[in-house]
Amino acid sequence: MTLTPARSGTSPGAPAAGAPAPGGGRGTRSARVLRLAGGRLSFAVRPRTAAVYGALLAATAAVFAVSLSVGEYTIPLPRVLWALAGQGERLDLFFVRDVRLPRAWVAVLVGAGLGVAGGVFQSISRNPLGSPDIIGFTGGASTGAVAVILVLGGSMVQVSIGAMVGGVATAVLVYLLALKQGVQGYRLVLVGIGINALLLAVRDYLITRAELTEAMTAHIWMIGSLNASGWGEVIAVASAMAVLLPVILALGPRLRLMEMGEQAARGLGVPVQGTQVTAMLAASALTGAAIAVSGPIAFIALAAPQLVRRLARTDGTALFGAALMGALLLAAADLAAQHALAPTQLPVGVVTAVIGGSYLVWVLYREWRTGHA
Amino acid sequence: MPEPSRLWGEDLTLAYDQSVVSRDLQITIPDNSFTVIVGPNACGKSTLLRALSRMLKPSTGAVHLDGRLIGSYPSKEVARRLGLLPQSSIAPDGITVADLVARGRYPHQKFLKQWSRADEKVINEAMEATGVLDLAGRMVDELSGGQRQRVWLAMVLAQQTPLLLLDEPTTYLDIAHQMDVLDLCAELHHDRAYTLVAVLHDLNHACRYATHLIAMKDGRVAAEGDPADIVTEELVEEVFGMPVRVIPDPETGTPLVVPVDRGGRIARRAGAGGAQWGAAEGEEARSA
Repeated sequence: MTLTPARSGTSPGAPAAGAPAPGGGRGTRSARVLRLAGGRLSFAVRPRTAAVYGALLAATAAVFAVSLSVGEYTIPLPRVLWALAGQGERLDLFFVRDVRLPRAWVAVLVGAGLGVAGGVFQSISRNPLGSPDIIGFTGGASTGAVAVILVLGGSMVQVSIGAMVGGVATAVLVYLLALKQGVQGYRLVLVGIGINALLLAVRDYLITRAELTEAMTAHIWMIGSLNASGWGEVIAVASAMAVLLPVILALGPRLRLMEMGEQAARGLGVPVQGTQVTAMLAASALTGAAIAVSGPIAFIALAAPQLVRRLARTDGTALFGAALMGALLLAAADLAAQHALAPTQLPVGVVTAVIGGSYLVWVLYREWRTGHA
Repeated sequence: MPEPSRLWGEDLTLAYDQSVVSRDLQITIPDNSFTVIVGPNACGKSTLLRALSRMLKPSTGAVHLDGRLIGSYPSKEVARRLGLLPQSSIAPDGITVADLVARGRYPHQKFLKQWSRADEKVINEAMEATGVLDLAGRMVDELSGGQRQRVWLAMVLAQQTPLLLLDEPTTYLDIAHQMDVLDLCAELHHDRAYTLVAVLHDLNHACRYATHLIAMKDGRVAAEGDPADIVTEELVEEVFGMPVRVIPDPETGTPLVVPVDRGGRIARRAGAGGAQWGAAEGEEARSA
C-alpha cells in the first residue's frame, strides 16, 4: 500500500488538508491517491475526511463503552470487558449482555440508519432541510403506527409494520406528486411539508377518538425511545442495514454528481431517474426499519449529514460520514437521556429534539446570513 | 448505408409532454466542424441540443452516435464519447476547482479503481488547456463568472470526449469573457480537432466562429452551411423577422449582421458623422 501526494504542490486558498509538497504553487486537489494491490485498486483519500471519520469512530466507541458501564448498577470497564467475554459475576453478565449491549447497539444502528437516510433525502432535494422528518416520511410512519395502536389494538410487531408501511407509502406518494421531468428540490420539500401536515392532522384526529391508555401508548411511541430495546430489535435493524446500507453507499458517487444539476449529472453518464428512485426507496425502507424499533426519533436525520459535511469539509453529501455521525449523535443522546435526570429516564426523542431544535436555528441563521433563504 | 457523420438525427419529432417543438427534423453534425445553432427564442435550438445529447428522448425518429442509436449505449459509454456543457450547473458548496474538474473523470472510473495517476494527468491537462491550472486549489464559489465557466469547460474536457455539446456557453458573461470562452472553443476545434456543437444567441459570434451554421425557425432548419455562404439579409430577415444589413466583418471578413436603424432616429441624433456613414453605406448596399 502506498500513499502518494495527489498533486505536486499547494496553491493559496487550498484547504489545509493536503500536506505541502515540493514542486511549486500549482494544481492542488485536497486528496491523496491510495493504491492497493499494485494499483489494481486505487482511490482518492482526503486526509481531513479520514481524520474526521476516525475521530467519530473513536468517539462512538467511547460512548458505547461508557453506556455499557454506567447506570444504577455501575460496572467498571475491565469488568465490562470480562462480561462481554462471558466471564464474571452473573449480575454483570445480565446488565452488560442482556440489558445495556442490545440498547447500545440499537442506538448506534438506528442513528447510523437515520443519518444515512437523511443524507440521501438532503442530496436529492438539494436542501439542508430535506429529511425524512420534513418530506412527510415521519408523518406517514407515525400515522401508520397510531392507526395500528388505536384501530387494530396491535402488538409492537404490528405497530412496527404499520409504521413502515405508512412511511414508505407516504414517501412514494410525495415522490410521485413532486415528479415533473425529474424531481425539483424545493418541490419535493414543499409537497412533503403539505402531506406531512395532512397526515399529522389525521393522526391527531385518531388520538382524540382514543381511550386514554391507548393514547398514552401512542404518545410514548411518537416521542421515540430506546427503552424497550432487546436483541430482537438489534437483529431487526441490523438485517435491514446489512441489505440497504451497501445499496445506498454504492449510490453515493452518483448522488454527489446529481447535486450539480440533472443535466450535468446525465452528461457525465449518471442514470438520474433510476438513481433517484432507488435511493429514495432504499432510504425510506431504512428509515422505516429504524423508526419501527425506536419510534420517530427527531432531528438525527436532519443534523447528522450537515454536521459531518462541515467538519470533514467534503464537497457534497458524505453518506458514510453521515452514518458515523448519526451513530455518535444517537448513542450520546441516549446516554444523556438515561442518566442526565437519573433516576428519571427520558425518552431519547426528547433529548434529540432539544439538540435538533438548536441545530435548526443555527442552520436557518446561516442560510439567512449567506442569502440562500 | 454509410453513416453521414459521428452524430446525426433522422426524422426527429421533439416534444415536451404534449407540446411539439420540432417535427421531422433531419440533422447532421459534420465531423470535425465547429457547428453553431442559432435562431430566435423558442425556435427549438436548445431542444435540439438536448435531443443530440440524449437529455430528451425524441417522440419519433432517432439520434445516431458512432453508428449506433444513442439510446442503445449504457449511459457511461455515451459520456465517454460525447461531452455536454449544460446551460446552468450548480457547483457544490466548498468544492475546489481541481475537485470539480476531477468529477469529469466519472465516466472513466470503475468500482475498484476510482482514482489513478492517469486521472491526475488528464485533469491537469484539462485545467492547463482552459487556463485554470493556477486556480486549482481555489474554491469555485469565490471565482468570477468567466473563470467559473472555464472551470466547467475543464470538467467537460476531463471527460476526454472528442465531441462536445455546449448549451449557450456565453450566457451571463460580459463581452470580454464571452470572447474568451469562444476563443477557447475555437482553439479546441482548430488545434485539438474537437467536434463542437454550440447553441449561441449572438449571430455575429456565430458567424465569426462557426465552420457550420444551422439557422432554426419554428422548430425547423431554415438554412445550414458555411456562414459566409448562407448568412444573407434575406435569411436573417426570414429567421428573426428583423431587417438587417450584412457587411463583411472588418476584423475577420466573416459576415457581420447590423440591424437596420428603423426610422433613422439614431443616425440623426448621432450627428453628421453617423448619418453620413449610414447614408453612404446605404447607397452602396442599394446599388450593389
